[in-house]
Amino acid sequence: MGFENFGTVSFTAAAKAADFMTHLEAGKVMTTRCRNCGASYFPPKADCPACLSSDVDWFEIKGQGKLNTYTIVNYGPTGFENDAPYILALGEFEGGIQVLARLSRDIKPDDIKVGMSLALSPVKLPDNRVAYEFNKV
Amino acid sequence: MPDRKVCIIGGGMSKWGVREASIVDMTQEAAKDCFDDVPALKRADVDGLLFASSYCGRRSFQVNAAPVMAERIGLKPTSICTRVDTLCAGGSSGIILATGLIRSGMADIVMIAGGEKLYTPQRWETYYSELASIDHDWDGAQGIGLPPPFFSMTAQEHMKRYGTTKEQLSAVSVKNRRNGATNPKGHFQKAVTMEEVMAARPIAPPLGLFDCTPVTDGCAAVLLTHEDKAKELSDRPLVYIRGTAQATLHSMSMNWPGEHLADWLHLRTAAKKVYERARVGPGDIDVAQTHDCFTISEIIEMEDLGFCKKGEGGHFVESGQSDFGGEVPVNTDGGLLSCGHPFGATGIRQAREMLHQLQGRAIKQVEGAKIGLTHNLSGLNVEHTILIYGREP
Ligand SMILES: [Zn+2]
Repeated sequence: MGFENFGTVSFTAAAKAADFMTHLEAGKVMTTRCRNCGASYFPPKADCPACLSSDVDWFEIKGQGKLNTYTIVNYGPTGFENDAPYILALGEFEGGIQVLARLSRDIKPDDIKVGMSLALSPVKLPDNRVAYEFNKV
Repeated sequence: MPDRKVCIIGGGMSKWGVREASIVDMTQEAAKDCFDDVPALKRADVDGLLFASSYCGRRSFQVNAAPVMAERIGLKPTSICTRVDTLCAGGSSGIILATGLIRSGMADIVMIAGGEKLYTPQRWETYYSELASIDHDWDGAQGIGLPPPFFSMTAQEHMKRYGTTKEQLSAVSVKNRRNGATNPKGHFQKAVTMEEVMAARPIAPPLGLFDCTPVTDGCAAVLLTHEDKAKELSDRPLVYIRGTAQATLHSMSMNWPGEHLADWLHLRTAAKKVYERARVGPGDIDVAQTHDCFTISEIIEMEDLGFCKKGEGGHFVESGQSDFGGEVPVNTDGGLLSCGHPFGATGIRQAREMLHQLQGRAIKQVEGAKIGLTHNLSGLNVEHTILIYGREP
């Protein structure tokens, strides 16, 4: 399978990094590191942007991240109208890996603080869709 | 290989706003206005057309648009006829490309036209198409298709680090709406007060309604040629393209190149290059049109273009340094906040205003302006494009 069931709305079904979805379905947010030059990045890539090698390894984004900034989305784009309002945030994880994701609805707006610790984990959406989101540690 | 000096000799605009007109209609209006600006020019002598538009393929259902536009504005180009897409910077990209073609002798007289028809009968299309302008696989799938949330995060970062206030953001909107009030071609001809801006409906806090550029239909056109031809076609003072730069360091929010969202390393990279190319520094700029898609954008641009120190952009705007009589008047025709932002047309609108400023015929004139700068950011802040114009080459 590919990215058919990714997020509220997915835009690209077939992509070479489709193993990401297999891992996500299995409960892990994984990304890639290049075996040739050592560069790691998120989102995952089947071919390394740094050295263009196709020899990449998967690893899990684990542990505590840090909330860098966030915003409340009151007006969602088409396809996301029923999700709004939702909170988008930029988090940073070990190795400088940056992730844009929604904050879990379990986190109350009053409890959000820039710099707070976050975990990144898969989340099941209606209609068998799957995404990832930030949770409180 | 020749190395010719390149001049901008004419500019035109359609009326911008919510239009009952197609993208072809508006391109015709802009081109006619531009030809009227250079009466001595024969259309048959125009050997190039670059058409800047990002959404014509989707919202106007017209791909391969350049030949369609050429026919409808009565051009028969023989050197170049193609479309350019760098979203918000498409018009400026067209001007950069035309400059290279004319400078090298590959074209002689090039029209750069562009614009968008963004209002469609089915309103959902507007808010779906926005998702196509970012890395839709990853950023789009999170629901960040519309720009305000991203710039809200940017504004919060700037406020937290540098103490920038909502009043300072609002000052940008008050200035630009005042400048645009006398511009008949722009979307709005109405100034707004500080109280109105501060009390406006929140869009993505701290950004309210007047902190955001509207959704606008419109087209614009300019003409470029080499110095000798420019002298032949017009008695007006010559306006040269002195330098250009376009810098991209990333393509999505996860790979942001600066230390934080209010640190625009890609803008500083482009600025360093364009100042070198134009052999001037920020202190030499008499007038500027910078990309005020949101009020916070103009504040950060003042800093990373080198008009003031990092973190002092809010104070720079609030104290009138970017207004008439200040260090460098910015967005003298109203900018994006008052004129609107039909993406491919914006860089062309800025070039037209710069032509008017440097020839001393702007509606709101900066007295004695000799060197001017135009700037676009494009997409979800993934690229910065800068041009410097001057009365001397
Ligand atoms: Zn590599």
